Amino acid sequence: MSELTLQVAIVVGYLILALGVGLVAYRVSTNVAEDYYLANRSIGTLVLLFTTFATLLSAFTFFGGPNIAYAQGPEWILVMGVMDGVLFAILWYLIGYKQWLVGQKQGYVTLSEMLGDRFGSRRLRGLVAAVSLFWLFPYIMLQQMGAGEALTGLSGGAIPYWAGAALITAFMILYVVLAGMRGVAWTDTIQGLFMLSVVWIAVAWVLAAVGGPSGAAAALGESNPEFLALGSDYYTPQYIISTAVVIAFGVTMFPQINQRFFVAGSARVLKRSFVLWPVLVLLLFVPTFLLGTWAAGLGIEVPEGANVLPILLSEYTPVWFAALVIAGAMAAMMSSSDSMLLSGSSYFIRDLYRPFVDPTLSERREAWLARGGVAVFATATFIASLSRPGTLIEVGNTAFGGFAQLTLPVLVALYWQSTTRDGMVAGILGSQLLYLSHVFIPTVTVEIGATTLPLFARAYGGWDVALGGMLLGALLTVGVSLLTTPAADEKSSRFVVGAD
Amino acid sequence: MSRRIRTLLWVLTATVLVVFSVPWFWWGDSRTAAGIPLWLWWHIGWMGVATIVFAVFVRTDWDRYMGVGDV
Repeated sequence: MSELTLQVAIVVGYLILALGVGLVAYRVSTNVAEDYYLANRSIGTLVLLFTTFATLLSAFTFFGGPNIAYAQGPEWILVMGVMDGVLFAILWYLIGYKQWLVGQKQGYVTLSEMLGDRFGSRRLRGLVAAVSLFWLFPYIMLQQMGAGEALTGLSGGAIPYWAGAALITAFMILYVVLAGMRGVAWTDTIQGLFMLSVVWIAVAWVLAAVGGPSGAAAALGESNPEFLALGSDYYTPQYIISTAVVIAFGVTMFPQINQRFFVAGSARVLKRSFVLWPVLVLLLFVPTFLLGTWAAGLGIEVPEGANVLPILLSEYTPVWFAALVIAGAMAAMMSSSDSMLLSGSSYFIRDLYRPFVDPTLSERREAWLARGGVAVFATATFIASLSRPGTLIEVGNTAFGGFAQLTLPVLVALYWQSTTRDGMVAGILGSQLLYLSHVFIPTVTVEIGATTLPLFARAYGGWDVALGGMLLGALLTVGVSLLTTPAADEKSSRFVVGAD
Repeated sequence: MSRRIRTLLWVLTATVLVVFSVPWFWWGDSRTAAGIPLWLWWHIGWMGVATIVFAVFVRTDWDRYMGVGDV
């Protein structure tokens, strides 16, 4: 069997396996919206851990991350550790557990629904959903572009880009429509375990060939000694801190992650996942990013636009194994995308369509409409991905920063009963406007006296402007709440979960 | 131990956990052990510490700040 046939067979085999899982999930599901979106709030530890994890990864673990490690050294492991291992775990407790408790009591399915109910405001509900969808849509498009390109690369150009992206889109629609949250969570678990094993086997294989970690480090000491030292012009303290903080806070507000805060079967599930988080992060990112770094010492040449990990693997491991890893990476992209589609559709149907267009929508009909929403959403992002509009790509690349703007107002609302509707609206709009203006308005410099000041820059003194937006959002939420009185229909006790 | 002090200690612990995930005091250091940079070993150990701290928190005060359970 030729290399190409083998690779395509492995990818197709994976897709068929995932569909099988989807079918089983479909058969055990009941047809109401809560089950379709949240698997009836019945997810266990292993599945919750891995479904959050797999959704978090996307293509960055296998392609983007190792590429950076190859070019700049392995410090991204530290960024990942601070970001995902510690900061996200703390937010998992502060936001995730709280949302889970509130969700159990009030039956919320989305973040926007929760905030809209607490502040008695349909507009706030719509605003949060609209802001979320604004950042989510281009991010899904980026995933489709990545998968399309990976398939083109894998087939050596035999499958054109549009056909690859179309195949992935069709598969995702079919899969999400069938499987809902339960099926998505199950395949995420299989993928997560699979990727973790494959990565460690890859490390063993490569290290056996180059004389262990010491051999790899010695080679690296010859070619890129600066990679062994902590920090560089690229990895400045400002960069490490900005990236870790912005992404960790952004991740919690990504619809597909935030919605997972509602799905745990019990508090025990959330506790165990919280404890295991740092270990899981280490187990996955240390090997993948080290592989990328070692490749630099082993003289691996990466052509423009290609990814280092597949090239390294094809050098040191058998063809079938390299193909397995590519299939795993594509699976990672799809698992992120199908979770995003599912959550995006639930935000759209539940928080925009239902309140503003058809308030009489039944739970059962909502589950069907949500499926239609998935198809429309995926098709729209696919069409957009064909022309690759620069503006949308820019929005997708800054999505984490955009979502991070929501986190502090939500955190304030969850814990401070005096938060008012006006405070929330001010905090969300103010921070979004600040961030958006910096993303879209080109940098201009102004002269004040003898100093030149940049305006609308993406970073000031190395610090990401998203941090400033987050701070502004928190200040506005608290400040405006102090200055205004709550409206009559705000229910400030909604987020109190005391033993009543 | 009063409730206040206890809370303060948790906030302090969480802050230390976040701040020292990166061994800032070894900035620019390129010593390695068994082929892995020392700063990476520190990080690996630190994530282990984080897991232990999280496990202790889950067993003791997890519900204290949410208004459920043993308040």
